[in-house]
Amino acid sequence: MTAAAQTRLEAELAELAGSVPDPELPVLTLAELGVMRGVTMHEDGHVEVTLTPTYTGCPAIEAMSADIERALTGHGIPDVRVTTVLSPAWSTDDITAEGRRKLAEFGIAPPRPHSAGGPVPLTLSVRCPNCGSTDTELLSRFSSTACKALRRCVACREPFDHFKEL
Amino acid sequence: MSSTGTESTTATAAVLALGDDALILSHRLGEWAGHAPVLEEEVALANIALDLLGQARILLSMAGDEDELAFLREERSFRNLQLVEQPNGDFAHTIARQLYFSLYQHELYTELAAGNGPFAPLAAKAVKETAYHRDHAEQWTLRLGDGTEESRSRMRAALDALWRFTGEMFQPVDGLDVDPAALETRWLAALGAVLDRAGLALPEGPRTGAWAAGAGRQGLHTEPFGRLLAEMQHLHRSHPGASW
Repeated sequence: MTAAAQTRLEAELAELAGSVPDPELPVLTLAELGVMRGVTMHEDGHVEVTLTPTYTGCPAIEAMSADIERALTGHGIPDVRVTTVLSPAWSTDDITAEGRRKLAEFGIAPPRPHSAGGPVPLTLSVRCPNCGSTDTELLSRFSSTACKALRRCVACREPFDHFKEL
Repeated sequence: MSSTGTESTTATAAVLALGDDALILSHRLGEWAGHAPVLEEEVALANIALDLLGQARILLSMAGDEDELAFLREERSFRNLQLVEQPNGDFAHTIARQLYFSLYQHELYTELAAGNGPFAPLAAKAVKETAYHRDHAEQWTLRLGDGTEESRSRMRAALDALWRFTGEMFQPVDGLDVDPAALETRWLAALGAVLDRAGLALPEGPRTGAWAAGAGRQGLHTEPFGRLLAEMQHLHRSHPGASW
């Protein structure tokens, strides 16, 4: 009887939680980043939101949890619990097309699609988010956050972050 | 509160082995902050340390309270490899330690990820990170081995110095469902290939044995480990129960 209503409420809450901006890349929502795994309304009235981390050590996960709790509490849900799940592991392929577009607009080269597991061999070119040139070079596989690599555009000489493939 | 030590179940032995490896190496790599030779490298080592810390938190939480396990255990209760507790030394020592360990961890996690045991979800996640750690260590091994005479001799000295700590990685651990001999074969093959490309030879000499180090998994550690623990645990022990 209430199953349909609950599902609708869950969908509504999932959309709300998914619209929370990523704390480190605020141009992206958590849904666009692909880290939202589900929202469940439990019998005792508490709402469980499941998230998956981008990297196991990603410190943003705690801020994400707090932001989701705040968003749902503000929507009238008194008891919100955010849990993290590891499996199936998050991949940069989980970033939505809209998320990729926003990353590029924000000056971060989006990740390339995967073929196999592990780091992608650096044969496909990464496009400079500033001038659009594909003539770019890797400076370091590690950058300002765990999920990014540092590159430089050979054409316009600007350094830029690349959301590296995982 | 769960007990944090003496009555380890077999599952706990494996959890502590993997968790302590990640925790202690993370701490060692963190010591490079503010001291790395170039900014990019500082960031890279801190990123690798952060990945390992994330793995350690998940693993130690499988065995009990992560903070209690990290900050309130005595030296003899830690089950990490002696390799990961070795001091950073010069940059070549850090890279040699990274090369030995990341090749091992990557092979180990690849195997655990393919199974359906308790470590499979974490391993499936972490193996994607360890691929980058391995790549980082390999790139530096090539640069140092194939660089100047100075860099080459330092890399060779570092590989030799840490060689005796590598046998321990392939001793069986209770609760860890892998074939150590097969793991060792794959590790040696991968290591040999990198060193060959770098123009470096596989070190000689025993990697285990009565004389050699190799009892970290039993809680026996080398002299530098006590100082590491003192620094890592000092703040937590000085302010019991403190929070932000």
